[in-house]
Amino acid sequence: MRTHTSENTTSSESTDSTESIIELSGVDFGYTSTPVVADVSLRIDPGEYVAIVGPNGSGKSTLMTLMLGLVRPDEGVARLFGEPAHEFDDGSRLGYVAQHASASKEMPITVREVVKMGRFPHVGFGRLSSADWDIVDEALATVGMTAFADRRVTQLSGGQRQRAFIARALAGEADLLVLDEPTVGVDMESVEAFYDLLDSLNGDGITVVLIEHDLGAVTEHAERVVCLNREVYFDGPASEFVESDSLARAFGTTANLLGGSR
Amino acid sequence: MIHLAALPLRVGLLDPVFEPLYWILASWSEVLSWLAGQTGLEILRYGFMHRAILVGLCIGVMAPLIGTFLVHRQLALIGDALAHTGFAGVAVGLFLNAVIDLGVSPYLTAVVVAMIAALLIELISEATDAYNDVSMAIVLSTGFALGTTLISINAGGLAVGVNQFLFGNLSTVSNESAAILLALFGIIIGVIGLTRNQLLYVTFDETAAAVSGLSVSWYNRITVMLTAMVVVGAMQIMGVILVAAMLVVPVAGASQVARSFNESLLISVVLAELAVVLGIGASYYGEATAGGVIVLVAVAIYVVAVVLGKLQTAFGEEETPEMGSIDTTESASRGD
Repeated sequence: MRTHTSENTTSSESTDSTESIIELSGVDFGYTSTPVVADVSLRIDPGEYVAIVGPNGSGKSTLMTLMLGLVRPDEGVARLFGEPAHEFDDGSRLGYVAQHASASKEMPITVREVVKMGRFPHVGFGRLSSADWDIVDEALATVGMTAFADRRVTQLSGGQRQRAFIARALAGEADLLVLDEPTVGVDMESVEAFYDLLDSLNGDGITVVLIEHDLGAVTEHAERVVCLNREVYFDGPASEFVESDSLARAFGTTANLLGGSR
Repeated sequence: MIHLAALPLRVGLLDPVFEPLYWILASWSEVLSWLAGQTGLEILRYGFMHRAILVGLCIGVMAPLIGTFLVHRQLALIGDALAHTGFAGVAVGLFLNAVIDLGVSPYLTAVVVAMIAALLIELISEATDAYNDVSMAIVLSTGFALGTTLISINAGGLAVGVNQFLFGNLSTVSNESAAILLALFGIIIGVIGLTRNQLLYVTFDETAAAVSGLSVSWYNRITVMLTAMVVVGAMQIMGVILVAAMLVVPVAGASQVARSFNESLLISVVLAELAVVLGIGASYYGEATAGGVIVLVAVAIYVVAVVLGKLQTAFGEEETPEMGSIDTTESASRGD
């Protein structure tokens, strides 16, 4: 059993003493002189389930790269598990699922070899133990990909590939899962099941940060919503987000709450 | 044959390090001589062929190993660029030997120059955020231009030696350069063996690798520096112009038929060794340049692999398994 589940199960409401998972204060960032993200401050505590929403080009993915320390803020401070985000290197605490464009597309590699990578931060320069392989196989079973374990990733459909990447994040047994539009290309039924899976992982005490364009799914599953369009337009409980006008302000148009933005 | 293995050395300071390598060369030579006696094969009778075969076999392992990590990152051409800077390194070595009588093997200077060039390419690409074929082409031509210039300045007597570096030569593999290759081989295999997980992660998914705490730029630097070593090591029998083929062609063949990554590593080594052994044999009996023949054999093997790969997909079509559903009771099932 993972150690964090016992400590953190009840912590989703208590924001007092424990270290923050993610803390941004006054963060500005731009690839050019135009800022993509301006003056963003937010704190995510252990056990939270936070969705980050916003229109295309609103800086959601950039905010994620700032949180993960892949880029450094121009102004302000980004902290991950209490350390400056760019210095944080304990990959075993982090699980990451990208929009499905990120990985190599032609490489001969099996689903199981991809999921295996989730264990790399735990084994370092060593070999995977049989316990590690058990975790890999469990993760494959969790996403329903056991039958595809020895298939080449290149032969999979988009949704199947995405499941493999989710399994890789699960195999990492991380404290924090960061997902950037993880369900793009996944069939509708699996999307439902996938959100249920995230719910149950969050129930185990894992902190979930989800970047999503499907507003319907977000308001249904996440506890807290951060609405972003360069600046933070809304940060609060998902239920209040539905009633606020921040959505219209951030998107600038009327957006469909029922997932019609697909 | 054994007396050939004990030629005087000019490595100087590195002598103690190289001592065991010369012993390995001598033992290898004995084994092949014995084999020649048993089989009566003419090719196995000469000391220079013993060394050439050993060098070829080492290339057949290390070139596709590092090549696999390059090809799948669309960096196939970096080997070519580094080989040309290696040529500049050879020229620097020859130049220094002629001018100040430095007395080092040109292969050692080539290793140094190629590794510096590799690091430069990597640092430039980090600064500009992209590997691009333009910078690669600039590095390639700068290396070659520097090499030809240095050699032309120093022309007397050197021009003869240049062909050997450009096209490679089985018969000029000296004890010293074979020992250098063995040392490079040891370093390359050791480093790849140690960092195979990290190299795989960085090759497959750079962003996720960075998130998982790996220093992507350091692993990129390691990859290009290992490539420089492989390229210079392989240069002696492959030649500057053809050496990159050994990094790319067997790997391309292997990715046609392999399913898993480990399988593709293994198959690429097998294909490369096949090309080396058949190529050296054919070039010896056909009296052709080994580098060219080896590459031709490798390309022929690649074509066969492509056909096999197509047949595999056409006839080996497996049933598509039923995809399982996502297990939402994940927490309960893991809680045991």
